[in-house]
Amino acid sequence: MAILIDESTRLLVQGLTGNEGQFHGFRNRDYGTNLVAGVTPGKGGTDLNGVPIFNTVAEAVEATAANTAMTFVPPPFAADAIMEAAASGIELVVAITEGIPAHDEARVYNYITQTSSTRLLGPNCPGLLSPGKANVGIMPPEIAMPGRVGVVSRSGTLTYQAVHELTMLGIGQSSCIGIGGDPVPGTSFVDVLALFQADGETDAIVMIGEIGGNAEEQAADFIEANVTKPVVSYIAGVTAPPGKKMGHAGAIISGGKGTAQAKMDALGSVGATVLDDPTEIGTAVQAVLR
Amino acid sequence: MDLFEYQGKSLFARVGVPVPQGRLATSPTFAGTAANELGGTVVVKAQVQVGGRGKAGGIKVADSPNAAEAAASEILGMDIKGHTVHSVWVEQASDIAAEYYASFTLDRSAKKHLAMVSAQGGVDIEGVAESDPDAVVKLHIDPVVGLADWQARELVYRARLEPTASRKAAAALKKLYEAFVSLDCDLVEVNPLILTGGGDIVALDAKVSLDANAFYRHPDFGEFEAAFPRDPIEAMAMEADLNFIKLDGDVGIIGNGAGLVMSTLDVVDLVGGRAANFLDVGGGAGADTITSALEVLTQDASVRSVLINIFGGITRCDLVAEGIIEALGRLDLPWPIVVRLDGTNATEGRAILAASSDERLVAAATMREAAEKAVEYAGGSG
Repeated sequence: MAILIDESTRLLVQGLTGNEGQFHGFRNRDYGTNLVAGVTPGKGGTDLNGVPIFNTVAEAVEATAANTAMTFVPPPFAADAIMEAAASGIELVVAITEGIPAHDEARVYNYITQTSSTRLLGPNCPGLLSPGKANVGIMPPEIAMPGRVGVVSRSGTLTYQAVHELTMLGIGQSSCIGIGGDPVPGTSFVDVLALFQADGETDAIVMIGEIGGNAEEQAADFIEANVTKPVVSYIAGVTAPPGKKMGHAGAIISGGKGTAQAKMDALGSVGATVLDDPTEIGTAVQAVLR
Repeated sequence: MDLFEYQGKSLFARVGVPVPQGRLATSPTFAGTAANELGGTVVVKAQVQVGGRGKAGGIKVADSPNAAEAAASEILGMDIKGHTVHSVWVEQASDIAAEYYASFTLDRSAKKHLAMVSAQGGVDIEGVAESDPDAVVKLHIDPVVGLADWQARELVYRARLEPTASRKAAAALKKLYEAFVSLDCDLVEVNPLILTGGGDIVALDAKVSLDANAFYRHPDFGEFEAAFPRDPIEAMAMEADLNFIKLDGDVGIIGNGAGLVMSTLDVVDLVGGRAANFLDVGGGAGADTITSALEVLTQDASVRSVLINIFGGITRCDLVAEGIIEALGRLDLPWPIVVRLDGTNATEGRAILAASSDERLVAAATMREAAEKAVEYAGGSG
């Protein structure tokens, strides 16, 4: 089954004719993802390696029944591109773009949740991979193998590290989801935990968090109430120096949450296996699956 | 990016939030001149990118130009939580009838803007929030709609600000919110926002943090950044587009992706070492980037070994390896370099390093092994 992407994914790439869009879009296609369209305003009617290019997402959806969009559009235009995809009936928008202003992200998130049923993954995320089925994003697929462990992470490179540790021990993955580290992620840990809990092909979950915000604490609350599958977690930033924050607003909101220790304590208290060494992810998963 | 108070106040003035008249001074003499020009009693305030300067003695009232000069000579050069004071803001003293607190920020968990207003500003607002949560009124704002007039009124009335000032206070909140959104701020905080004896609302302080991702919309913000004191190594790293933070250990760290680099610091700590820095080369680093990263570490005399931890996604390990070889040949690198490569083109990258006979290069198969070796070369567990 896997979550969010699989053989039924029909991928459209916003910015397919750009350097990165082209490299990763076709790397995703080589992996087996069904790449059906590209959108670049002004280049409609052309094609790139057999993939038709459209001027608008709406046109592309009508012509190709695309249900998933991946966005490589540069920051000044990314918010607009995400809203266009949502307005055109795309089910899942994967925003790879890094560096979108926070106010744009907040507007986009609230706009699409109020006006559509589109799910946004990212922005500033590595995308997602359902090994053996589909790859949408920039993850190197050769480090993954099909299996029954779900991986979710805020950090791109740490996602790779976790997947690598699992694969080296012969433990495959159902889906690997990078939710991105920006202030307003479209999809949170809680959203992905709910999907993995409901997925019949996922037996255990690896969750990689990091300092800042309170998404991991929220995840801990959700795990306590809703997750029966074993969760192995690692939080990066235990030794990171405290940020040079000058305002009080952040401290008032967080009320002491946000440190690596607070996150580890929250996850540990609800029964998750909490690691202080990311290289032990594989063996820890082996232990909980036994 | 955190602004100095005077920079934040210049932004407030831009959107029409009243602020006291003031002048920036970088020497006691200039502070005296500024006080003379402003006339009457002035307040001399340390300009640092950190809170708590009042308690640290960084704010002094002066009733004459001579007193202002004396206050400035005490404050300039002062160390406030690791920040050296290079300038003071000299401003006209205000007639304070009441001190309020107001802020706008992004509430990550609600994914909406958050306004906070309190009638008990001025002092320890975090303490107030903790001991009497109701004294800090919080209201979420839909970023699609923005701060509505009724919400500004609601904040003022619920926080029980002085009733006769409610119109002016609501207007000030609207303007502060306008600054927050139109100037792409992560934070706008005023503590205190005062009511003057004459019934006006004035921003006596300004804590403004700008979103660096939005600088393309505000080309004039570059001048704020130019005013910041910069550690020479950090300046060099910034020039090379590297994310660098100096730490106090002796194992130099280079990695790709903030999460992996943070994690590398943790593992170094776990095996008994101390990282000398945080250095993230970002995604898609080429050979030049790696060479520059190593060059930055040569500027730090406390580094005794270097750990390069790369997990290639967009980043290609073969280019990383080429960058290392290039740096070994071109720069004077005095330490052993432990390298761990995985991910995109890792096999090619490892082959490039294996072909070199340079004794400073040490290959490691895993992140843990790399950390252990780097700590050992730095002089063992401490």
